[in-house]
Amino acid sequence: MAILVIAEHDNVSLKPATLNALTAACKIGGELHVLVAGSGCAEVAAAVASLAGVARVRVADAAQYADQSAENMAALVVANAAGYSHIVCPATTNGKNFMPRVAALLDVAQISDIVAVESADIFVRPIYAGNVLATVQSADVVKVITVRTTAFEAAGEGGSAIIEALTAIADTGKSRLLGRELTKSGRPELTAARVIVSGGRGLGNGESYHKLLEPLADKLNAALGASRAAVDAGFVPNDYQVGQTGKIVAPQLYIAIGISGAIQHLAGMKDSKVIVAINKDPEAPIFQVADYGLVGDLFEVVPALVAALG
Amino acid sequence: MKILVPVKRVVDYNVKVRVKGDGTGVDIANVKMSMNPFDEIAIEEAVRLKEAGIATEIIAVSAGVAGCQETLRTAMAIGADRGILIETDIELQPLAVAKLLKAVCEKEQPQLVLCGKQAIDDDANQTGQMLAALMGWPQATFASKVIIAGGMATVTREVDGGLETIEIALPAVVSADLRLNEPRYATLPNIMKAKKKPLDVISPATLDVDVTPRLKTLKVAEPAKRSAGVKVANVADLVARLKNEAKVI
Ligand SMILES: Cc1cc2nc3c(=O)[nH]c(=O)nc-3n(C[C@H](O)[C@H](O)[C@H](O)COP(=O)(O)OP(=O)(O)OC[C@H]3O[C@@H](n4cnc5c(N)ncnc54)[C@H](O)[C@@H]3O)c2cc1C
Ligand SMILES: Nc1ncnc2c1ncn2[C@@H]1O[C@H](COP(=O)(O)O)[C@@H](O)[C@H]1O
Repeated sequence: MAILVIAEHDNVSLKPATLNALTAACKIGGELHVLVAGSGCAEVAAAVASLAGVARVRVADAAQYADQSAENMAALVVANAAGYSHIVCPATTNGKNFMPRVAALLDVAQISDIVAVESADIFVRPIYAGNVLATVQSADVVKVITVRTTAFEAAGEGGSAIIEALTAIADTGKSRLLGRELTKSGRPELTAARVIVSGGRGLGNGESYHKLLEPLADKLNAALGASRAAVDAGFVPNDYQVGQTGKIVAPQLYIAIGISGAIQHLAGMKDSKVIVAINKDPEAPIFQVADYGLVGDLFEVVPALVAALG
Repeated sequence: MKILVPVKRVVDYNVKVRVKGDGTGVDIANVKMSMNPFDEIAIEEAVRLKEAGIATEIIAVSAGVAGCQETLRTAMAIGADRGILIETDIELQPLAVAKLLKAVCEKEQPQLVLCGKQAIDDDANQTGQMLAALMGWPQATFASKVIIAGGMATVTREVDGGLETIEIALPAVVSADLRLNEPRYATLPNIMKAKKKPLDVISPATLDVDVTPRLKTLKVAEPAKRSAGVKVANVADLVARLKNEAKVI
């Protein structure tokens, strides 16, 4: 049987998270189909068709998919679910929004946030903020799965899939988008960055956050992240939050500055390849996961680090 | 307008859980249990809507073991008017909870279900969306702001790129994110008052819902531990190690 992967995109470009979900789907085994639902999304469909391993791209191009509301996405996926053994998408806020709806309408469980594929019906997923890994087996006819993107490599180029059009389902009319306030930044995206500079409450306020961390991020071509405390205090917008309930990241280098290392924060970054912690408290739990710990006042250490990077 | 708030009893967020020696589950004997933090935020929001004259009644619902009565009392101490416990010893998965909540919604006819975005034990992030699907209702997940007026909910949602605001017609399901509000502490008089509020205990069978788990847990294990690294002496030492040892810059 075939596997249906649902692409994440903004009608113009494919989001990298889809590439990781594709790799997970590939590990399950089966012909890979990708659903692209959007409005004026032909370029996205073309990009998907050239990815390695993709056999068929199914495109639903209609106004009601422009902002991918959960209600419209679920209706579309369910109408096209027949013949698939697995329905897979990345565990982004978008995937988390509509996939459980798909599962409920199909009367099956959802397997959230998988980090490993053991077989076509056995998967590993983190629970308790990643402090425990559960191996679960699904007995459902269709497996509805969201994928933790950091646990799988990105799929590469090299395919030439068939592109076919799908009939759109009538607008459910249940939800209307009023507006978006998206953070604009010239920096790499947090979940795809090679280096992340992340700041916590220790920075004191938003002004110091930016004054200290921007130059460091510039030097390292890094994305900026934050702890919940820093977001709650208004230093930076919500989409900077790393952790159990924010973004899950696994860069080559994660520099935690003025972050204590609560389990909810560690849940989002402990799979980073190299972790650096800068904190004035030698007992801060962040040092238990850091490869390199520097005990000191961040207001002195960070500018010195920027200078040392030349 | 009635608001239904599903509240889950979970291991307190400060507790670092341990896996049982035989790998069959997580050891929660003698561990501190609390209301799922997101559900506390959901209750708080419902209470604020009642204080603003928008909601008339708040019903807290919990599904699980007898101990969930405690969670319901906490919800009532924050301001829920009554509680419903759907009592069972069977391990409940999100689809089963959504079906139980659907049965309660059909009976109680709330205009709004305000739940948490995610339970911090199973980290599933499914139940609210599943309930909305089963009811055929719209949903607004990960809410950081909710305005109710004229039979509509205007909800600001925390999404990967920032924020988005949507408008949905009631009845609907809204799931609370961390920044929706800061829950109040229950005061002693309110804790006392909560003890006298009505709490119904029913069973999945009376709601005619099959709660058999769909996913079987084969084993649980602790992830590979990261070993603590070294403390570096100063900035120069750090830069040298990142360049020569870790080779990441
Ligand atoms: C349900 C739930 C979900 C949560 N989800 C998340 C999540 O997704 N992500 C997340 O991050 N948190 C999350 N949290 C919050 C988490 O528990 C912590 O409260 C939070 O991570 C703390 O942020 P912090 O480390 O910045 O602040 P603090 O714990 O206050 O730590 C600040 C650190 O800065 C250091 N410091 C202060 N001044 C200086 C200085 N001058 N120089 C150097 N160091 C200094 C201090 O020594 C301290 O270690 C969640 C909590 C709950 C209950
Ligand atoms: N057993 C339960 N009883 C009551 N509410 C629940 C239960 N399980 C989940 N919920 C609600 O659904 C939300 C999301 O849970 P989950 O889908 O398990 O992550 C929680 O924050 C609760 O509001």
